[in-house]
Amino acid sequence: MDTLVLSKGKMLSTHPGVRAEATFQKTIFLSALVIIVLLVAIFLSLLIHSVPSLKAFGLSFFFSKTWDPVSATFGVLPFLVGTLLTSFLALLICLPFSLAISIFIGEYFKKGALSSFLKTVTELLAGIPSIIYGFWALFVLVPIVRNFQTKIGVFPYGVGILTASMILSVMIIPYAASIAREVISLVPSDVKEAAYSLGSTRQEVITKVVLPYARSGIVAGILLALGRALGETMAVTMVIGNSNRLPKGFFSPGNSMASVIANEFTEATASLHISSLIEIALLLFLVTMIINIIGKYIIKKISVGA
Amino acid sequence: MDLHRLKLRIWKDRGFKAIVILFSFLSIVPLLLILFYIIKNGILSISWEFFVELPRPVGEKGGGISNAIVGSLLLVIIAGLPSIPLGIAAGIYLSENKKSRITYWSGLAVDVLQGTPSIVIGIIVYLWVVVPMGGFSAFAGGIALGIMMLPMIVKATEETLSLIPGSLKEASLALGVPYYRTILRVTLPAGVSGIMTGVLISTARVAGETAPLLFTAFGNAFMNWNLNNPVNSLPLLIYNYATSPYPEWHQVAWGASCVLVVFVLTLNLVMRTVIRRWKVQF
Amino acid sequence: MDLLGAGASFPYPLYSKMFYVYWQKTGVKINYQAIGSGGGQRQLLNMTVDFGGSDAFMSAEALEKAPAKILHIPTCLGAIVLTYTLPGNPRLRFTPGLISDIFMGKVTKWNDKKITDINPNENLPDMNIMVVHRSDGSGTTFVFTDYLSKVSKEWEKKVGRGKAVNWPVGLGSKGNTGVAGFIKYSPGAIGYVELGYAVLNRMPVAAIQNKAMRFINPGATSTSIAARVFLPDDTRISITNTNAIEGYPIAGFTWILVFEEQAYRGGPEKKAKALAKALWWMTHEGQKYAEPLHYAPLSAEAIIKTEKIIKSITHNGHSCLE
Repeated sequence: MDTLVLSKGKMLSTHPGVRAEATFQKTIFLSALVIIVLLVAIFLSLLIHSVPSLKAFGLSFFFSKTWDPVSATFGVLPFLVGTLLTSFLALLICLPFSLAISIFIGEYFKKGALSSFLKTVTELLAGIPSIIYGFWALFVLVPIVRNFQTKIGVFPYGVGILTASMILSVMIIPYAASIAREVISLVPSDVKEAAYSLGSTRQEVITKVVLPYARSGIVAGILLALGRALGETMAVTMVIGNSNRLPKGFFSPGNSMASVIANEFTEATASLHISSLIEIALLLFLVTMIINIIGKYIIKKISVGA
Repeated sequence: MDLHRLKLRIWKDRGFKAIVILFSFLSIVPLLLILFYIIKNGILSISWEFFVELPRPVGEKGGGISNAIVGSLLLVIIAGLPSIPLGIAAGIYLSENKKSRITYWSGLAVDVLQGTPSIVIGIIVYLWVVVPMGGFSAFAGGIALGIMMLPMIVKATEETLSLIPGSLKEASLALGVPYYRTILRVTLPAGVSGIMTGVLISTARVAGETAPLLFTAFGNAFMNWNLNNPVNSLPLLIYNYATSPYPEWHQVAWGASCVLVVFVLTLNLVMRTVIRRWKVQF
Repeated sequence: MDLLGAGASFPYPLYSKMFYVYWQKTGVKINYQAIGSGGGQRQLLNMTVDFGGSDAFMSAEALEKAPAKILHIPTCLGAIVLTYTLPGNPRLRFTPGLISDIFMGKVTKWNDKKITDINPNENLPDMNIMVVHRSDGSGTTFVFTDYLSKVSKEWEKKVGRGKAVNWPVGLGSKGNTGVAGFIKYSPGAIGYVELGYAVLNRMPVAAIQNKAMRFINPGATSTSIAARVFLPDDTRISITNTNAIEGYPIAGFTWILVFEEQAYRGGPEKKAKALAKALWWMTHEGQKYAEPLHYAPLSAEAIIKTEKIIKSITHNGHSCLE
């Protein structure tokens, strides 16, 4: 990378290639630097604009369940709970499906038409815009949930935590599946062969050898899926019910951090209201950042080890 | 030799495989349902007028989504112009300087940026671009989408270039080609399929984004080519119309969803062709 | 020439029609985004739009804090109705106390005695009441909660009036469109929307008992009657819980907010003049579009005051209207 070969007879310092070379090096260096600067700037901006809210409420912001623009009292608890409930429930629902796909492609059908078909479908699932998921959920899932709620005697909102979790789980299936699939397919054959030679069935090899071996990859996939779920805005805001109170259960309407920002940001007139919304954005930013870093760290460890 | 236990294990084995296959194919069901539903409802809207006319006022029948299509295209172009060169340049640096400290932190920043919720990006661009510029604009919307495209392009470039064998580079340098020329004329072209993939994936991803446009591009009932003014886009239109009570607007939203989904899926298919035809085998 | 406005969704059907017609007539594109009255005020204060739309007039404190003088230009009157979805589409009547009880969560079933007492001829089902309110900062909410605060001391104390309040029960939807859209497909739901949204969607509206103890149906007439009050010069007034005998109790003006001095942020005089002309058209020729869309046009008296206000819009001191 550091060899610079000149054509014969030209002076080193005036060769146009030297200048071009230097410019090139500087450009790509600065480009890489810009990304770091961008991220730091995002963090600082969010922090600075959160200051009024931080000063006014401090730690109680995280434990207060009142979100009242009239009295200018703001607390993030309803949205924190809403976000966590929907994201974890979505994860729970998607796990069997994501694992099934990753075992299917990573173990049973590593090559062939079926495998590529499933791979394509999974990628398409990830490619559908979230607004379309939300639109479909609003017109198809909500009536189904409403009918179900009427049958079991619960208040038939249709929208709510459960509905949001359901559409969210569909959206994150590809994320959990992709990394798990890679790791499962990379389990060394000799470990599996050893188990087979001891008389294990396919299922036993998968559940007792492959999955534990691929454990960290699966966890990484789960974390990435979680990160995606936490930040999802549009599909959630269309079916979660937009109720700024602590949800009482899975059938209650609620709200998530991303959704309340989408609802109220353009309109918050009081500076404390705006600042509180930005503080929520800061929280969202930090939480997704931590989860993504942990997930990527696990992936790096696996790729280095493999 | 417990035959009973053996039979149980064999049944478990078969049952497990059946469950895996079942659940795998169940995962496809939502995709099929969504596509089917959108196409079934949206196809009724598709007509020549749909593509060239402007939306009608509230409650009136007819009209089209021309301004949303134009707006979406504008936004994607504005997003790509800065982020594609910047992303490729950063990707080159990251793949060529693996041991550098800057590479470590930059790679980390790319990962975090990729995972940042799009609504947060929307707030940031509102604070950085909309307020200082004194207004909502296609430009602001494009910047927001560009920031979202950046990490994907960087990663695609970095991963693609890392996979190219060093021997290619060495050979070029040995022939006397300067380093920068080597990268630009030899390495990059060899990796073009991977980089194009990154560009296409990121385009498909941001074309469907709504959240960051809520406070930046803002929306427009009319056609707008001026980058300084707000602009409509397919996802924004779908969001506004889908949550309305007017059946005429729902119909338009279905049609727009159809257009959007076809666009995104087409990009995905093009991507596959690109990988197959342009991929340089080593 | 392009103008940008944002704000109330209350008058959105009317503005959408007005601006479409105005564009065809003059070629001036007025892009209005219905992000809620709160958004209208905020974006105007942030100077990111040319005008804001709001059904909640700005308070004296807010005007004080604004970077420059803001004018309120009324464009029409509208009624906020209670709309609901029930089997059989009954025409219901409500008293102020009942409305407060429903929105506070004290009355939770449609066949509650309090409702059936006032509606003896209707067969009300044993369904839960699903309250729907706004999830965004809304002038419609402001007018509605303003009314409830006037008729219920308990409401005034516990919830108060505002563009966004801490609702005791219910779930939220974005904009008048979102609320109407949600109610329309949810059996047992009830919420408050501007009259036009309910009528355009063939949803039932309730008759509400006013201060004179009469049950009044919402409409352009009863809205106009409610507005027969003394109008201050700056037109900032609430007309809920009107004294007028045949007046509809939950009605209100909707305003367009502009800065008096249009040369802020260096905008050209051309734009300021175009804005003033558009406002003049909206409050004169444009008024004919109000009634077909179920709004009430401005009264003659209101128009006189409005003309004075529009004439006072200046650019670098020069009036924007010849």
